[in-house]
Amino acid sequence: MDWIQTFNLTVGVILDPLTAAYILCAIGLSVHFGFTGLLNFGQAAFAAVGAYGMAIGYLTLKLPLLTAMGFALLCVVVFALILGIPTLRLRADYLAIVTIAASEVFRYLMSTSAFKDVTGGSNGLSQFGYDFFDWNPIPDGQYAFGPFNWTADQFWLRVFAFGLVGVATLLVWLMMRSPWGRVLKGIREDEDAVRSLGKNVFSYKLQSLIIGGLFAGLGGIVFVLSMSNVQPQTFVTNFTFMVWTVLLLGGAASMLGPIAGGMVFFALWVFVNEILAGMAAVGWLPFLDPAQVGQVRFILIGLALMLLVIFRPQGMFGNKKELRFNG
Amino acid sequence: MSQLATLRLRRVGLFFASLIVLLTAFAGSAPASAQSLHSGVAIHTEDPAVSQPTIIGTVKNDGKGVAGVKLRVTGPGVDEVVTTDADGKWQLVVTTKAKYEVAIDLTSLPKGVTLRDPDTTVRVADVSVTDKAAVLFPLGKSTRVIQSFSDQLMIRLFAGLNLGLLLAVAAIGISLIFGTTGLNNFAHGEMVTFGALTGWMMAVVFNLPLVLAGIITVIASAAFGYFQDAAVWKPLRKRRVGLNQMMIVSIGFAILLRYVLLMIFGGDTKVLSGEYEAVTFGPVNTTITSIWSMLLATVTLAAVALFLTRTRIGKATRAVSDNSSLAAASGIDVERIIRIVWIVAGALTGLAGLFYGLQFQATFQTGSQILLLLFAAVTLGGLGTALGATVGALIIGFVVELSSLVLPVDLKYAAALVILILVLLVRPQGVLGKKQRIG
Repeated sequence: MDWIQTFNLTVGVILDPLTAAYILCAIGLSVHFGFTGLLNFGQAAFAAVGAYGMAIGYLTLKLPLLTAMGFALLCVVVFALILGIPTLRLRADYLAIVTIAASEVFRYLMSTSAFKDVTGGSNGLSQFGYDFFDWNPIPDGQYAFGPFNWTADQFWLRVFAFGLVGVATLLVWLMMRSPWGRVLKGIREDEDAVRSLGKNVFSYKLQSLIIGGLFAGLGGIVFVLSMSNVQPQTFVTNFTFMVWTVLLLGGAASMLGPIAGGMVFFALWVFVNEILAGMAAVGWLPFLDPAQVGQVRFILIGLALMLLVIFRPQGMFGNKKELRFNG
Repeated sequence: MSQLATLRLRRVGLFFASLIVLLTAFAGSAPASAQSLHSGVAIHTEDPAVSQPTIIGTVKNDGKGVAGVKLRVTGPGVDEVVTTDADGKWQLVVTTKAKYEVAIDLTSLPKGVTLRDPDTTVRVADVSVTDKAAVLFPLGKSTRVIQSFSDQLMIRLFAGLNLGLLLAVAAIGISLIFGTTGLNNFAHGEMVTFGALTGWMMAVVFNLPLVLAGIITVIASAAFGYFQDAAVWKPLRKRRVGLNQMMIVSIGFAILLRYVLLMIFGGDTKVLSGEYEAVTFGPVNTTITSIWSMLLATVTLAAVALFLTRTRIGKATRAVSDNSSLAAASGIDVERIIRIVWIVAGALTGLAGLFYGLQFQATFQTGSQILLLLFAAVTLGGLGTALGATVGALIIGFVVELSSLVLPVDLKYAAALVILILVLLVRPQGVLGKKQRIG
């Protein structure tokens, strides 16, 4: 087995733009679930609305890329309102089922051939976002730092993606230490108590849904910028479950939890793949076809999610007192 | 008349074929997301030395190739127009292994010639696995039979009833488990898959008679239900793990089970149906297996209803659903009831999986694909009420099938989920639920 390559890939993925995209979605989910206690299982839809909003704004509405991003975030706000107004009055487990249903409805709407002219149907959309690299202030050339080796464009994409992660984390930190954030935490702990203090719980929940959704929308934008295409099958329910695993791994109610969770998750994801593939290639795993390595990883994700929630629900960084899954 | 019958049969076949295409499209979804993640982070695993994927095709009319027909091929990074040669043949070499769409330009056809199936101007060429894919556009007279609206309605109503009964058998399990333990079990879909794949293994691999295969499947599924409770859920109840926490555990468990089933059974589509006698009444074409599975589902539902209302254990189950502390105080062994509920739920859901495999087809993702429909059925009917789950499942079945009268067929599941959201808007407790449950 090539240990140096394994090491480089494992470390390389830590600063991959896709990792940043998942981290942004997890930051959004930490606002929803970690701080407000909303069981949102439709995070894939928020990312998808951001991704498709930008792609459609750019390709169909012919907006400049930056305006298209603004349009995408506007779409996210509208989506959060449509989703939140009917469902946020329901009990937590109803909210879980309705959000997961809504995210599948959105995916079906994007992949149906009925709106193919706008959404690209099941093929999705491509050929956009090149302007993003025109904004690149980094001079051309190759940039190497230890195991990292990027072109100027790759470097710029990472600066942008992790810049957004940093800004998002700072915003969440500022919000959660404000009186507004304390109301959210109060809703998480005891909704009725907050209501008896005269706060409009529904309105706070809706604000939380919108703000967390905006972070996920940014995650979707980063996702499609780094892939330079958008496909409906990216945003399946497994996407949401992956974001949940990232969040719970790091710690749902902590500032650095989503970042650490995302980096550790994807480093392990690549590392386990390399190790298993290497072991399968030299015949140490006779029961395992090399093609089945990817399947083992999913089994491990499922197991990890179960064990985390049972034995360490606060994650790596969380405070156990801060996170009691209500109910 | 017999010609008309074969045409109808073909039409139904087309419907099922499109269903299968739809299902396989979903089946591709999870690996695709895994791959997209993968390609972003470990590009070196892709081998650049493989041969180039090629899409080939022929446009024929009456057995002779038609020259000069224009076709547009679109896909990831490809948007090209090709023209057929003197033999009606064309080909296009692409760089990416993916699915491509081939659209025929109707204006480029010779005069007086149209597609044999005028609705299908776009066909899919799949070179994501193989290196070559052929696309054929048969020309000639249109062979489509236009059905009257009432005929279509009858066909859809029948299909809706069929799907609704099938969903009901599986949904009762979710409803019983939720009622007695409060758990929203996201791993329920994998019990459907387990039933379908076990049935396939018994009937196709071991070549057992279908009835025997069915009995073994139901027993194995009941054992599977018992095992899940004993291995995962009972210890968690003892630890007093919260319900929302358990719900997330069940998501992890679902992913775990799904990929274990994939490793055991492989990712290909399992055909359980084989050749069965066709049955026709009025405009509806179906098979003897469908009739039998509908009858059996109805009998099963009736038996569950009798069990819950007439037997001691059934009454105890309802008592635990209503208020488990009160039930325990009045001498009911709650843990025993929960164990029985898991066994019954396993058996019912495995049976539903078998029906599903017999009428459609089964993959390792079969259950997770219909899981949301099951949740929709249970929530619609009213969480925790067994009768409600049946009503909800029938509503979902009819909505899914009838929606394709007015909506594109690839939106039929979306229609069911939209109905779910709309009903929760006006009646959050569901059709038959009690208001106190929404909390």
